[in-house]
Amino acid sequence: MDNLDNLTFGLTMLLVGMGGTLLTLFIVTLCIRGLTSTFPPVTEETDRKE
Amino acid sequence: MLQAILDGLSALSSGVLHLASNGGPNLVMLTIAGIMFYLAIAKDVEPLLLLPIAFGCFLANLPFSEVMDTGGVLKTMYDFGIGNELFPLLIFVGIGSMTDFSPLLAEPKLLLFGAAGQLGIFATLLLALFLLPFVPGIDPSQIKATAVSIASIGACDGPTVIYVSNLFAGLGRIDPAMVGALAVAAYSYMALVPIIQPPIMRLMTTEKERAVKMPTVKGTVSKTALIAFPLVVTLITGLIAPKGLPLMGMIMLGNFMKVTGAVPRLAKASENEIANIATLFLGLAIGGTMAGAQFLKMQTLLVFSLGLVAIIIDTVGGLLLGKLWYLLSGGKMNPLIGAAGISAYPMAARLVQNEGQRWNKQNFLLMHAMGANTGGQVGSVMAAAIMLSVLKGLGIIP
Repeated sequence: MDNLDNLTFGLTMLLVGMGGTLLTLFIVTLCIRGLTSTFPPVTEETDRKE
Repeated sequence: MLQAILDGLSALSSGVLHLASNGGPNLVMLTIAGIMFYLAIAKDVEPLLLLPIAFGCFLANLPFSEVMDTGGVLKTMYDFGIGNELFPLLIFVGIGSMTDFSPLLAEPKLLLFGAAGQLGIFATLLLALFLLPFVPGIDPSQIKATAVSIASIGACDGPTVIYVSNLFAGLGRIDPAMVGALAVAAYSYMALVPIIQPPIMRLMTTEKERAVKMPTVKGTVSKTALIAFPLVVTLITGLIAPKGLPLMGMIMLGNFMKVTGAVPRLAKASENEIANIATLFLGLAIGGTMAGAQFLKMQTLLVFSLGLVAIIIDTVGGLLLGKLWYLLSGGKMNPLIGAAGISAYPMAARLVQNEGQRWNKQNFLLMHAMGANTGGQVGSVMAAAIMLSVLKGLGIIP
């Protein structure tokens, strides 16, 4: 695969690289949402209830 | 006796004679070292790294300098910590322990700006692939790796650039002398972000868009979420882009030690002693690679030109996503926040805050911008990790 021409290589990197970065960070975003809703911040009200 | 004295004097004057007769490239590099000293000391331009780089350059360009010969002090540092990518990774442990990801966890959608802010890497790669065949002195078999190394300046993150370019230098895919030029370009443009970004922000946004007031970032983040975050990001990187695991793993290790609070001594050492020592040795060794004869080439000029293009496209990418978000949200998102989606932390976030306040005195964009900026840090490392993994998939690197 090292003998890809420069244009094909560049376009592959642009599409897979940029697309992959966007997709992976979107997955991380979803994971953060999951984390913050599973472990919500402990507020003063929650402290009092405890 | 007289002959011995003359021989001794001749040896003492040989350096001056060499510099005067055929030390042109060294003189140019000594001048460049002088400019870097000036920028670091008088202008406060990334002094932590620019000063040791300049001193390494200064040492390497004195006539008959042996600092980069086998066994020389800078060559030993190079082999010890750059040839095997150790120093950039140690600096990443320090960066992780200095970074506060809570604004990002409070507004996770801001991470998408961290992705858009990496557009410069991939767009510059395409541009470099187009231009490099026209640059004299570049081996055609090294064009792809050279283009990837130049494009990595778009990560706006010095250690990432050094890690990626040195990986290729170790494999014989790029000229090792390029690593110094790439590192200096990366750190110089990171320092110049306050000059590069504001005109692009003003050019790409309207006054109305810049004045959009953002709501306060809601609530705090639980300690459990903060502790789980570095583990989750490391896990995802390991699963999707394992070639970049050393990069992401080290930055997240530093952050993990900080947020757990279980190892304050290690977290403090990572933030201070480890990062400082690695920065000093890395800077000196990189400066040592800047010997005149190897540094003064057409490809160095291309590195600096395309490096600037990469940072500009990064900013454009973030602002374009900001403008799209502004439209989709019915004018509730200030598109300036997109410009903070690069890795220059916390400089880019502060610039967004200043620019936003300039157009609306009641506007406080700092927390949103900090979220996007830490997103940019994760994004730049993730982009490098993905790039390396794709390159492995394409058979470019083992």
